[in-house]
Amino acid sequence: MQNSEVLIQIKNRFPDLAVEETPNALVIPKTALLEVSTFLKSEMAFENCHCVTAVDRKDKMEVVYHLYSFLNHFMLTLKVIVTLDDLAVESVSCLCRSADWLERETFDLFGIRFVNHPDLRRIMNPDAWSDHPLRKDFKRADFIPRPQSQGLKG
Amino acid sequence: MGELLTVNMGPQHPSTHGVLYLELVLDGEIVVSCKPHLGYLHRSIEKIAENRTYTQFIPFTDRLDYLASMNNNLGFCLAVEKLLNIAVTPRAQYLRVIIAELNRVASHLVAIGTFAQDLGAYATPLFYAFSDREKIVELFDSICGSRLTYNYMRIGGVSGDIPAGTEEIIKDFIKYERKQLMEYNELLTYNVIFLARSKNIGILTKEQALNYSITGPMLRASGVKWDTRKEEPYLVYDKFDFDVPVGIVGDSWDRFKVKLDEIEQSLRIIEQAIGAIPEGNPVSKVNRVFRGTGETYMRTENPRGELGFYLVAEAGFNPYRCKIRSPSFSNLGVLEELVKGLNISDAVCVLGSLDIVMGEIDR
Repeated sequence: MQNSEVLIQIKNRFPDLAVEETPNALVIPKTALLEVSTFLKSEMAFENCHCVTAVDRKDKMEVVYHLYSFLNHFMLTLKVIVTLDDLAVESVSCLCRSADWLERETFDLFGIRFVNHPDLRRIMNPDAWSDHPLRKDFKRADFIPRPQSQGLKG
Repeated sequence: MGELLTVNMGPQHPSTHGVLYLELVLDGEIVVSCKPHLGYLHRSIEKIAENRTYTQFIPFTDRLDYLASMNNNLGFCLAVEKLLNIAVTPRAQYLRVIIAELNRVASHLVAIGTFAQDLGAYATPLFYAFSDREKIVELFDSICGSRLTYNYMRIGGVSGDIPAGTEEIIKDFIKYERKQLMEYNELLTYNVIFLARSKNIGILTKEQALNYSITGPMLRASGVKWDTRKEEPYLVYDKFDFDVPVGIVGDSWDRFKVKLDEIEQSLRIIEQAIGAIPEGNPVSKVNRVFRGTGETYMRTENPRGELGFYLVAEAGFNPYRCKIRSPSFSNLGVLEELVKGLNISDAVCVLGSLDIVMGEIDR
C-alpha cells in the first residue's frame, strides 16, 4: 500500500477536500480531521493511532498523526497544519484511546489545544508552568541552546 | 460505598518501578480510581536531540529505556540510516541482532525478577534473574566497556568488533540460560501461590489493547500475534526461524509467561545468528558527519514494545525534530482502566506486569 492509494480513497469519499501529498505524508485541512480519520478508521482499517506529535515550523505548526493498519501493514503519516494565532485542533481520542495521553503530551510540550479532549492537562511539566519547551522560540534564563554544529573541522 | 480515601503511592515507592506517582482513591481496599502523574524524570530529551548532531545523540538514547540500552541505540541508528539511506555491512547487521537479542533477554530477566518481587516472592527470584543478567552485562562490558549505558551502535555499523572468544561465551550462556528457564518454570510459572496472585488479575482484552495502541509482549499476551520483527522485518530478522509466543486471556500471568517464552525465542535467534556471522568489517565506511533533509518514521521491536523515532531533518547537522514514541508511555496509559475495582495489592501486581521503565515514559 502507498500514500497515493490512500489519497485516492480519500478523494473519492471527500471530493471537495484539498488534500496535499508530500513525499512522506498526506496533509489535510484541520477542519476535516475528525471526518477523515473516522473514515480512515472505519473503512480503511487504520484503527491504530500509533503516535501523535507536532513539529514547530516557526511560522506554523504541524500536528502529525501516525496511523497504522494491521490489515494492510501500512503506516500512514497524516498531517494537519495549525496557524500560530489559532493553535487548536479537534481531538481524535474519541476514535482511539491511545491518542489521549499522546495529545496531552503534545499539548504540554507545544501548547496545541485539542478541542473536546476529555482531560487536557499537562502530563510531564508542572501544571502551573506556562512555557512549552519544544517550541523553537522557547526561552528561559537557564536554557542556553547550543550553537548549530559546523561538522568536523580539519 | 464507604468513605473514600485518597492514597498517594509514589513517587518514591518500591513497587512503582521508578519515580511514578499514582493517586489512588480507595474504598476500603478496592481501587476506585487511579491517576498516574508522570514527569519526575523528564529531561526533555527531544529538545536535547535538536541541539546535538546525530552521532552525539546516540548516548542519550541509552538513558531512555535504561534496561535495554542496546535496543534504543539500534532504533535510533536505524532511523538515521533510513533517513539518510546509509547501508550497513552484513557483519554489523548480524552483530546488531545478536547484541539486541541478548539485551532483550537481560531486560526480560529484570522484568520477571521484579514482577516476582512485587508479588511478595522476596529476593530469591530477583537474585536468580539478576545473576543471569550479570553474565550478559559482563559480556557487554567486555564488548563496549560499559555495564548499563552502552553507546555501542553507530550510524552505519557498530563501534567495534566483538573481542575474540565472545562467540564461545555466548554459546555457553545459551546452554546455561536454557537450564535456568526450566528452573524459572518450577520456581514461578506453575507455583500455586504465584498463580493465585497473578492469574485472572488485570485482564486486558484484545480490543482494549488495540484501542490503546499497546505494543510488545503486553499486546501479545492479549492474544494478538504481532511482532514487528516478524511482520515488518528490519535488519536480518527475516533470515531466522523463531516463534511469536502469545497469551490467551491477557491477564498478569500471561504477560509474565509471554516474556519468559520470549527469552527462549531470543536464545533461538542468537543461536542461529552466532553460527552465521559473515566475515567483514562491522563498521561501514561512511562519513562521520551526517546531514540530509526529509523525514522518516522508524520503529523497532524493543523488549517493552515498539520504539518509534520520528526524525525530521532540515538543512544542518542536527535533527530538526526528533519525536520518540516510547512503548512504556502507551502501555502505561491503560493502567487506570486495568486497576479499577481491584484490590490495592492486585494493582501492584498489574503495575509490575506492565513492566514499565520511567526513563522512557518521561524522556
